[in-house]
Amino acid sequence: MNIVVLVKQVPDTWSERTLRSDDNTVDRAAADAVVNEMDEHGVEAALALKEAHGGEVTVVSMGPERTAETIRKALAMGVDKAVHICDDALHGSCAVSTSAALAAAIGTLAYDVVICGTEASDARVGAMGGMLSERLGVPALTSARSIVADGSTVRIERQTDDGYEVVEATTPLVISVIEKINEPRYPSFKGIMAAKKKQLSTLSLADLGIEADSVGLAGATSEVIEFSTAPPRGKGEVVPDDGTGGARIAGFLAAAKII
Amino acid sequence: MACVLVLVDHAGGTPKKATLELLCAARVLGEPAAVVAGAPGTAAALADALAAGGAETIYVAESADMDDYVVAPKVDVLASLIESESPAAVLIAAGVDGKEIAGRLAVRTGSGFLADIVDLDAGGVATQSIFGGSIVVRSRVRAGTPIFAVRPNAFSATDRAGAGTLRTVDVVVGDTSKGARITDRVVEEKGDRPELTEASVVVSGGRGVGSAEQFSLIESLADALGGAVGASRAATDAGWYPHQNQVGQTGVTVSPQLYLAVGISGAIQHRAGMQTSKTIVAINKDAEAPIFELADFGVVGDLFAVVPQLIEEIGKRR
Ligand SMILES: Cc1cc2nc3c(=O)[nH]c(=O)nc-3n(C[C@H](O)[C@H](O)[C@H](O)COP(=O)(O)OP(=O)(O)OC[C@H]3O[C@@H](n4cnc5c(N)ncnc54)[C@H](O)[C@@H]3O)c2cc1C
Repeated sequence: MNIVVLVKQVPDTWSERTLRSDDNTVDRAAADAVVNEMDEHGVEAALALKEAHGGEVTVVSMGPERTAETIRKALAMGVDKAVHICDDALHGSCAVSTSAALAAAIGTLAYDVVICGTEASDARVGAMGGMLSERLGVPALTSARSIVADGSTVRIERQTDDGYEVVEATTPLVISVIEKINEPRYPSFKGIMAAKKKQLSTLSLADLGIEADSVGLAGATSEVIEFSTAPPRGKGEVVPDDGTGGARIAGFLAAAKII
Repeated sequence: MACVLVLVDHAGGTPKKATLELLCAARVLGEPAAVVAGAPGTAAALADALAAGGAETIYVAESADMDDYVVAPKVDVLASLIESESPAAVLIAAGVDGKEIAGRLAVRTGSGFLADIVDLDAGGVATQSIFGGSIVVRSRVRAGTPIFAVRPNAFSATDRAGAGTLRTVDVVVGDTSKGARITDRVVEEKGDRPELTEASVVVSGGRGVGSAEQFSLIESLADALGGAVGASRAATDAGWYPHQNQVGQTGVTVSPQLYLAVGISGAIQHRAGMQTSKTIVAINKDAEAPIFELADFGVVGDLFAVVPQLIEEIGKRR
């Protein structure tokens, strides 16, 4: 089973995150860069499928040069090889055009399963699995909290708003995972050393046959017009519980006409 | 005036509250038109409520495929309506399914989409609250038909009715839309409580609650307020409450009238899911807990003393 796993480098949710005032894109310099959490679970899911069914795992990531750090981490976890989509013209790409670039890169690889995280913590669009399904013309098993593969049939539990659905499809297909699916492994020292020798190919837009003006800020299907810091919430009254704490909350709720 | 398509979410023969909110939001941009994509017989039960909620037109796209496969058949319906009706925009509730539908529809129709919007103006400019609620952005779609995935509770439903003219849509579900087959649906707990994303009151418990058993205290408080139960990730990771109740960065985003945080510290990733709540009340034994920075009212104390008293007081005021 050949697996392509997608990872994204994102600003750490623990850092102070903001946008750039010059072009309203994510300010990547302002925050520490980490692997998007759900993607680490995607890498783990890919490695687990490979361990059970054989094959090869390729990581694909799109982003500026620094994204190589994120790719190295996936390789150190045990992924076999890597493709880095890197081109200055991609700066400011929207989710829709990002899905075009990723699909083009995936199209250069032989795959049975493509795995991605359900959502990235920065843009929180939460639609990449579905968008890749459209572009690649294969089914998508989205929001997976478990995966079972049996020959060419893959079955998942799909997290829904009030429980889950059991969903199945046949390969080739796309799976998006949520973070509850597994516990990602830590790269071992051996893995980190081995990662340095693994194949990492870099693809430009020209390599992918994509016009520069169809992606990036120029080709974005949506644009940020302006942004501002959210006004601080009015800090309310905080009282110690002197034995009447519950009653005081009830009083507050009644005054606010909530009860 | 151009129509604005609203994809209808429904349960038990009634439109969900989020759908009625979308019908109201649709008026900002044009004439609200509800799209019912469901199994045969679905629309008849919903029509009156959709008309009362403001739908001028109700597109009826019925086929067993709608329930049998994950979202893609609904994308087929919306894509064909975009083609035939040239709507000013498409509005979809920003849940797990809604965001997937929006993204697929954008790719399918060469459009742009904006996820999880909290406001929309007549010029089609949408407001989003990002980075854990710390930044507010205003954005616009530049390509194709604007598609907006709208956060529940962002708009309030009105009682301005519409004509509710029924129009049947020929449903053609492509083979590629029948790839992901749903073989079973399992509803986990919830009881009679309102749905988390739609509830006007959400009571959430965190690590401070201490165990799965003790979450019954959070449930009792939610029931006293007619609210839904949420949980922090510490609580869902510990297995005390189901993941679908998790509020935050990797859980659901809620925007209720009242959010009551009990034994939750208020980490940035939790705030990402509740920052736009209208009123926030916190109970925490640590006076330094960051949740108090957001709270409109807070009590520093032991939740096992404060919550039972609060439940009793609410009962007295009934
Ligand atoms: C990428 C990423 C995504 C994440 N996504 C989410 C998410 O979606 N949702 C989420 O919630 N978190 C998320 N987190 C985790 C987040 O960082 C916090 O770890 C988590 O929110 C902590 O949960 P908590 O507040 O319940 O626990 P803690 O931080 O341990 O806080 C427990 C609180 O309970 C109080 N307490 C204890 N006992 C009592 C008592 N008897 N009475 C009153 N108060 C008491 C304590 O004072 C403390 O403030 C994410 C983290 C990362 C890195």
